[in-house]
Amino acid sequence: MSSKSQKILTTDGIPLEESLKKAERKNKIKAFLLVAPLLLFLIITYVFPIGDMLFRSVDDRMVTNMLPKTFKAMEEWDGKELPEEEVFAAFYLDYKKLVEEKTFGKLATQLNFEKNGFKSILKKLKRKMKKFEEGNYKEQIMGVHKRWANVEYWRALKRRTPSYSYSKYLKGVDMYENEDGKIVQVPEDRRVHKILWVRTIEVAFFVTVLCFLMAYPIAHLLATLPMKYSNLLMICVLLPFWTSLLVRTASWMILLQQQGIVNDFFVWVGLVTDDNRPEMMYNKTGTYVAMTQILLPFMVLPLYSVMKTISPSLMRAGKSLGGTPFVAFWKVYFPLTIPGIGAGCLLVFILAIGYYITPALVGGASGTLISNQIAYHMKSTLDWSFASAMGLMLLTGVLAIYWIYNKLVGVDNIKLG
Amino acid sequence: MSKNSEFVKFDKVDKSYDGKVLVVKDLNLDISEGEFITMLGPSGSGKTTCLMMLAGFETPTNGEIYLDSNPISNIPPHKRGIGMVFQNYALFPHMTVYENLAFPLRVRKIAKDEIDKKVDKALSMVSLTGFENRMPGQLSGGQQQRVAVARALVFDPAVVLMDEPLGALDKNLRESMQYEIKHIHESIGVTVVYVTHDQSEALTMSNRIAVFNDGKVQQLSSPDKLYEEPVNSFVAEFIGENNTFQGEVSDISNGKCKVKLKEGEIIANPINVKSKGDKTTVSIRPERALINPSKKLDNNYKGKIEEVIYHGDHTRVRLNVLGNSEFILKVPNSSQNLDLKLGNNIDISWNSADARALDPK
Repeated sequence: MSSKSQKILTTDGIPLEESLKKAERKNKIKAFLLVAPLLLFLIITYVFPIGDMLFRSVDDRMVTNMLPKTFKAMEEWDGKELPEEEVFAAFYLDYKKLVEEKTFGKLATQLNFEKNGFKSILKKLKRKMKKFEEGNYKEQIMGVHKRWANVEYWRALKRRTPSYSYSKYLKGVDMYENEDGKIVQVPEDRRVHKILWVRTIEVAFFVTVLCFLMAYPIAHLLATLPMKYSNLLMICVLLPFWTSLLVRTASWMILLQQQGIVNDFFVWVGLVTDDNRPEMMYNKTGTYVAMTQILLPFMVLPLYSVMKTISPSLMRAGKSLGGTPFVAFWKVYFPLTIPGIGAGCLLVFILAIGYYITPALVGGASGTLISNQIAYHMKSTLDWSFASAMGLMLLTGVLAIYWIYNKLVGVDNIKLG
Repeated sequence: MSKNSEFVKFDKVDKSYDGKVLVVKDLNLDISEGEFITMLGPSGSGKTTCLMMLAGFETPTNGEIYLDSNPISNIPPHKRGIGMVFQNYALFPHMTVYENLAFPLRVRKIAKDEIDKKVDKALSMVSLTGFENRMPGQLSGGQQQRVAVARALVFDPAVVLMDEPLGALDKNLRESMQYEIKHIHESIGVTVVYVTHDQSEALTMSNRIAVFNDGKVQQLSSPDKLYEEPVNSFVAEFIGENNTFQGEVSDISNGKCKVKLKEGEIIANPINVKSKGDKTTVSIRPERALINPSKKLDNNYKGKIEEVIYHGDHTRVRLNVLGNSEFILKVPNSSQNLDLKLGNNIDISWNSADARALDPK
């Protein structure tokens, strides 16, 4: 008992500190082993594939590896005039090897992403190449198709030299790196992506606003009605949740089409004439209506969970202290629902910004969003690297919004339930 | 300035929520200016409903409520100018103490420096000066309670309503807050209508107490009268402890009556009995029955001790008297040593004036 430095020992004579550490380590290992299967599952099915997909957006080693001699020969070329004979010769040798290995198709696809028309001239080259004589490949290749004599195609080829490139990201915002290495916008008539980005953000924003305006009174009613009515209302809110997204979107198609129920009703009440039915589908209107309805529960539930916790006596206190019902609402009730509003808006906005099925079905040409474009490149053009580049841009945007929100409101203040 | 004895007036007020059951029946109640009146009753007796009608959150089904001679049934709560302290304080959790107190002043568009002055004054009244910038969540229960009281008083309302404001506090704090509220009431002279189900709270604080049961005021009188002279068996039962005998009046004369029990007969003070043959409940306060009194009283009986419980300042003794085995006595633990042993027979007596013959249960 005399000195403080004397260690406390357990009954076995081991210092207490060590024995405690040992016991804790055991617990930690146990806890880790318990979560290990899930962790492994997440890494295999989530982190790894997504990481790989995102890596594709910058990875251009395939083309680099397919045309090693060509790119080496091109190092000297300034890109102004047609390249020299040695570049043509190197390209001939590389391409010949690819034809023998039967992998030239991949090259054709990749180069076609870079510049339209590459595929056909590569195929033609493959056919004619068998009869090529040794030497003077420049003449012979240019003889296959007049595009081979167009410097634009050789420039496109040179752009694919680096193993890693951010050109897909530039393409995502309608820009490219020109011959002088400057980043410039594509011609105005070809700026498709910018329109889509703006429209995506616009749709997500207005859907969030519409959801908020509709969900607030519903959530308030849910939180204040007597139990037997609020349960019924809750089921009405949740019912869409339990219905397939496709079914709901399809029902909107039935409702909104030109010969649909809504239009019939408009004609019946005399709002519009029969031969002048408004188009409410395959445009932005359809996207707005369907997305708002589908995302509404995501706004109602966080709002409801917050409103449920607000004591009704607070509003009464506000009124008894002299506030008009509006002042009591605005100064007392509303500020207390902000955590729910924040959670609901964030949730709806993030879901809306990446929404895919609904705009694809009811959006038409003017109502599709950036995710539809991503899907198009995944499924139709098979330009996965471009799709993953746009996917990453979308993800970055969402994270940026989350960050801004955290700065403004604070994520700790969010209440999801 | 003469005080208005009908400052708040409930005039034949009925209230029903479902159209079938009246929770408040034909309520007539006058509250004079500056009075501290408590509505006391078990839960469901209609006392909170009365308060809510006065505050304006419920409307009377019938009748009218007058505040300073003006009918107020059609005035919305925010125009009544009545301060209210809620059961769970109802402080605005997103505002500081200062903002909470300033809220009623800001909605009245009072100038900033005037607000500062009033808030300062109200906070010093509840001894919370220096807490202006705290959030309600950072305060203890007792401090939140004080803020709620200060907020209800800061805009100088004519009437302050308190709905079981001390219900959530622990016993010691509740007692000290009772005195504090009483002192605040005395110092500023505001009219207070207080609702509670705690009888000791009501007895401590009030000028008058209205005992509610079943939607009706059973008795409205000062605390001492309520305790000493309950007018019916409900009030007698509800306020304080009470020994009762069920019986039938066998004789009534000269302000005294004889009540025949199953075993024996007692002499009692007729309050709610008129004539021979009436059924009655006789009520005697435990401290009014004495053991071995030096002076002979007109009721003398033998009792057998069935239970003795030591309570520090007094001892509770349960006796079997006249067939009632629940008869309680409170014996002060003074130096005089009584032989309080289980199974002993002792003499007990009481004055017939203290045995009140009330309505039968």
